[in-house]
Amino acid sequence: MNKNMNTNNHYPQGQDFRHVLNARYRVATVWQTLFLSALLIAIISLMALIYNVVDGAFGYIAYEYKNDPSEFTSTPLAELTQEELAAILKENLSSGAYKKLNNEQPVAERSQADLFTLFMERLVQLDTKGTWSMTDSLMNGEEIRAEVAKKYPKAQLEFRSWLTPQFLVTPMSSKAEFAGVRTAVLGSLWLVGIAILFALPIGTGAAIYLQEYAPKNWFTSIIQTNINNLAGVPSIVYGMLGLAIFVRVLEPLTSGALFGVTDSNGRTILSAGLTMGVLVLPLIIINAQEAIKAVPDSLRQAAYGVGATRWQTVWYHVLPNSLPGILTGSILALSRALGETAPLIVVGASTFISLDPSGPFSKFTALPIQIYQWTTRAQSEFHAIAAGAIIVLLVLLLSLNATAVLLRNRFQRRW
Amino acid sequence: MEKNYAIESNKLSIHYGHFTAVRDVSIKIEPQKITAIIGPSGCGKSTLLRALNRMNDFVPGCHVTGELLLQGQNLYGRDIDPVEVRRKIGMVFQKPNPFPKSIYENIAWGARINGFKGKMDDLVEQSLRSAALWDEVKDKLQESAYALSGGQQQRLCIARTIAIQPEIILMDEPASALDPISTLRIEELMQELKKNYTIIIVTHNMQQAARASDFTAMMMIDDQRAGGVIEFDETKKIFTRPQDKRTEDYVTGRFG
Ligand SMILES: Nc1ncnc2c1ncn2[C@@H]1O[C@H](COP(=O)(O)OP(=O)(O)OP(=O)(O)O)[C@@H](O)[C@H]1O
Ligand SMILES: [Mg+2]
Repeated sequence: MNKNMNTNNHYPQGQDFRHVLNARYRVATVWQTLFLSALLIAIISLMALIYNVVDGAFGYIAYEYKNDPSEFTSTPLAELTQEELAAILKENLSSGAYKKLNNEQPVAERSQADLFTLFMERLVQLDTKGTWSMTDSLMNGEEIRAEVAKKYPKAQLEFRSWLTPQFLVTPMSSKAEFAGVRTAVLGSLWLVGIAILFALPIGTGAAIYLQEYAPKNWFTSIIQTNINNLAGVPSIVYGMLGLAIFVRVLEPLTSGALFGVTDSNGRTILSAGLTMGVLVLPLIIINAQEAIKAVPDSLRQAAYGVGATRWQTVWYHVLPNSLPGILTGSILALSRALGETAPLIVVGASTFISLDPSGPFSKFTALPIQIYQWTTRAQSEFHAIAAGAIIVLLVLLLSLNATAVLLRNRFQRRW
Repeated sequence: MEKNYAIESNKLSIHYGHFTAVRDVSIKIEPQKITAIIGPSGCGKSTLLRALNRMNDFVPGCHVTGELLLQGQNLYGRDIDPVEVRRKIGMVFQKPNPFPKSIYENIAWGARINGFKGKMDDLVEQSLRSAALWDEVKDKLQESAYALSGGQQQRLCIARTIAIQPEIILMDEPASALDPISTLRIEELMQELKKNYTIIIVTHNMQQAARASDFTAMMMIDDQRAGGVIEFDETKKIFTRPQDKRTEDYVTGRFG
């Protein structure tokens, strides 16, 4: 008789066992399939998003010149030099307009690209008749050409990328063809920089206090709950807060009046950056707390065991070992700060500004604001540059994150 | 005649919240001797040991009543700084816990934060030699302490403790995770160290207690699950002529 078949063994044997095992495998397969489909759905949504953006950023454009370039110069457009352009502008612009340009930045000092843009914008005056998405342009090229030839016999049809090097370095313009994201990118970088400089030290400090120093009582648990909830507060609320506190109450500080800046109100980059800082603060605190919690107690005991004070333990062991985790939190914070729009509108981002931000007390605009602006315009060429700006935003996001990841890996030197 | 004790406790009780883990322990530890604490699991050995250098300050809800005297000073007195206590009474933990740093830095760090003024290289060498680790690591001082074996790590932790020159060294089952050879090395090491230090060691290993210690404290829980020292005497006596029946059962392996 089989020894295993004794009366005390209540587990399925032989054939029965194989049945049970097969049933277990079936359940596992079902779940595995579900997880895989979840992943596929996520990937497809992401691809759709990227496709949608790219689709808008490239495609046919039909345009006419209001004034033919040959009216101004005999040189072919591609060969115009900086000096020639400066001369043309001086000759053909009204003296008032030329003076204004010269005041913003002396014409002689401007780059060839800059002058060329001015030339096309002010004198030749492009007139866009229509734009088409990338898919449309590729699939229905023939029809588009026929349509344009019929409707706008004088128009030129060109397949263009709205995302050009030029697009990155030119400031805002009222004509989509000549607009760029330079001001917005710089504004966004300033914003994120101020937000992180503000929130990272404060958030890390708060996390250290909560984890390592604060006694565990009802008061600290209320604070903890509050922080967790603050992370979920709608961003517009932070905008209101920023408006009330940084723009209004702290105006002397945020407008730079205290530092001798006179031509500014509280709606500065500094106010917006601080608002963003407050917005990402809970995120940073929570992440830093998790990172600090993950430092094993045995390490703290080791430090205390050789006579370290609490501060030495925190500074030399807890903090270095939680730094990678803290930096991960700041990556999340950075992404959030870069993408938020609503609070910036409330705090008072400028919608049209062509001057680079020169410091914390400048007026500002930011990429999401710019994108939002452009998508609300009726003309289709603005939608195309909005798509281009979205790509810039995504690339900026990725490169900032990559920097943070590199930084983290550097600190993550494992012993 | 007053005798000089390294540390003595007087009705020392340790509580976790409302639960009393150790009750009314009064023992006098002789200097430059090895004292073993033995007893069944959960009787409060680690709790008592941690109380001796105020390591339990970090356990939420833990508090201590009674007296613990180091050179006539109550370590739980008002004006005592726990950092100073831990400086004088070093601790080696059950699980080796070197710092995630180089071998050199593991020893140098404790010395540095305590304001060591001598030559650091010498201190590192000397501590590693006293912990019988020097020959194994002298060529890789700048390498990670985590690359050492468990037994080597434990000796590094002992070296780290010696380096700050405490008066007393507490060891909580320092050899429990080690093989017999590493265990023997640590025991030899303790014999060497006892020339300069007072050592208190918790162990589950009866042979180890019998072999290595001069005095033995036998702990046991009472009917309220609070641990207490039921017998404290020279190790020889505890293992040959125990006064308490429970001690006899425990050391002869008839317990439980
Ligand atoms: N941090 C703590 N909080 C609450 N109770 C604790 C804590 N640490 C230990 N105890 C309790 O105190 C009693 C003694 O524990 P202790 O760790 O001192 O035992 P031990 O003698 O060292 O046991 P072992 O030999 O298994 O290590 C046990 O009942 C335990 O549950
Ligand atoms: Mg223990």
